[in-house]
Amino acid sequence: MKALAIEASGLLTTVQDAGRYGFQDKGVPVSGAMDRAALELGNELVGNTPGAAALEIFSGGFRARFLTEVSFTVTGFDPDVRLNGHGVDLWTPHTARAGDVVSIDAGRLGLWHYLCLAGGIDVPFVLGSRSTYLRGRFGGLEGRALRPGDVLETEPPGPSFPLESLPQNLRPAYAAHPTIRVVLGPQAEAFSPEAFDAFLGAPYVVSTRSDRMGMMLDGPRLKHRATADIVSEGVAFGAIQVPGEGLPFVLLADRPTTGGYTKIATVLSVDLPLLVQTAPGRSVRFQAVDLLEAREAHLKRAYRIRRFFHLLRHGGL
Amino acid sequence: MEEQTRIPFSGPPPHGRADFPRFRICGDTALSVELGEGIDPAVNRRVHALYRTLKRRALPGILSLNPTYRSLFLQYDPTACSFERLMTVVEQALCGLEDSSKGSGPVLDVPVCYGDEFGPDLAEVAAFHGLTQEEVIQRHTAPVYHVYMIGFTPGFPYLGGLDPALYTPRKAVPRSKVPAGSVGIAEQQTGIYPIESPGGWQLIGRTPLKLFDLHRDPPFLVEAGMGVRFHAISREDYESLSH
Repeated sequence: MKALAIEASGLLTTVQDAGRYGFQDKGVPVSGAMDRAALELGNELVGNTPGAAALEIFSGGFRARFLTEVSFTVTGFDPDVRLNGHGVDLWTPHTARAGDVVSIDAGRLGLWHYLCLAGGIDVPFVLGSRSTYLRGRFGGLEGRALRPGDVLETEPPGPSFPLESLPQNLRPAYAAHPTIRVVLGPQAEAFSPEAFDAFLGAPYVVSTRSDRMGMMLDGPRLKHRATADIVSEGVAFGAIQVPGEGLPFVLLADRPTTGGYTKIATVLSVDLPLLVQTAPGRSVRFQAVDLLEAREAHLKRAYRIRRFFHLLRHGGL
Repeated sequence: MEEQTRIPFSGPPPHGRADFPRFRICGDTALSVELGEGIDPAVNRRVHALYRTLKRRALPGILSLNPTYRSLFLQYDPTACSFERLMTVVEQALCGLEDSSKGSGPVLDVPVCYGDEFGPDLAEVAAFHGLTQEEVIQRHTAPVYHVYMIGFTPGFPYLGGLDPALYTPRKAVPRSKVPAGSVGIAEQQTGIYPIESPGGWQLIGRTPLKLFDLHRDPPFLVEAGMGVRFHAISREDYESLSH
């Protein structure tokens, strides 16, 4: 079903889902949404499965016309969203009629915004995912960023249920200068004690040299005990690698499948949305926790979200 | 914030005895299992055997398995399986690991047109080693290479077994665009760029084979654990094979 016509595509708008897992043994990057929480919660708000495909809009300058009546929501960190020129709430499902125009512009803070449509964006699956991988020129719409004139289709929407805003305490705890929790390693032993003091003690400023592949950080340089190089191995979403010159680089959605630099720490999955939404020029601080605490944070959050949507769909709220 | 009384390290103490398997914590959604040190075909074969065993079992919660030189990288969903459960599963799989001492799997023959604009660094590589271009080609086409892993871009094979006389450092300044099909050398490795990408390897030739093609089933020609052999072809053969 034709659902949306793009009128202005802004700096970078792509189709993304929960990622292309399962082909990393063939060198295929995971890709997928930068802010997984915003994608998954936005999908749930319009009755989709959490990993359905949506539009990921970087910064702003986006405008599109609805071609049919459809429920939609916009999630992310503080973008300015308008329907026919009137401001609408984030993290809240709305119903658009054919001809309505939605515009999304950068707010003061966040970077990545998600426009989720009931049913989910219908583009072909490539290697099990609808995510766009720009360098490989596949996935999404013809393997490329969206441009004015593109028309997107949706799958038939699921059964309807009461439309509710997502409570504040279930949204990611975005902040202008967030504290980001990490688990040290996988190569913690490669760094000097002074490196940990610096890494966990000083703020790091997000560099403009950041994109879907990774985020460059400016701050104290981190010293290795011996070498910055390791035998190449797989790399996780949120792995913080430190090459020889000592500045940390956080690997994100479009990271290559393998890397040959030491990694001092890995960002907690629940804190990744806070990190990726931090704009260049703003700073982050890192705090070390152990794996048990990281796991507990993930499970607690997953449980609270499951419970909210279960009650929403099956009554009780 | 409370005093950090212990730094939650992963991996061994710096001077500890190497003990395998070594489990490295990669945050709360990934785990790396190291089976040995350095680049070693025997260790790599064990990694591939472990990969095949776990892939066959299709365990719930495991999102992807990626065999690399000396380790297996697992990405998982922490709501569906725990780190401790994964360690147990890996330990069990290692106990019953199939004999991995046998040679490599199937061998893929890769035609390469060496030199000129297809191999813009062939002359430099030859000069670096005091060889003729013909000698470089002979030495490069002699071995059956072992595919240690696929990484970097879709379908990019890291090949081991290069003639030590051809070990060459990477380009001082990487190219921003390396054409698809380029065959290169970096230190003790040789490899093939399946898609156009940036790259710092010394380019000595180009193959008309498409290592990665989404319009073909299967899309990938090489897998980790396979063998690869190069043979030299002429410009005319290259042109006719590209169509």
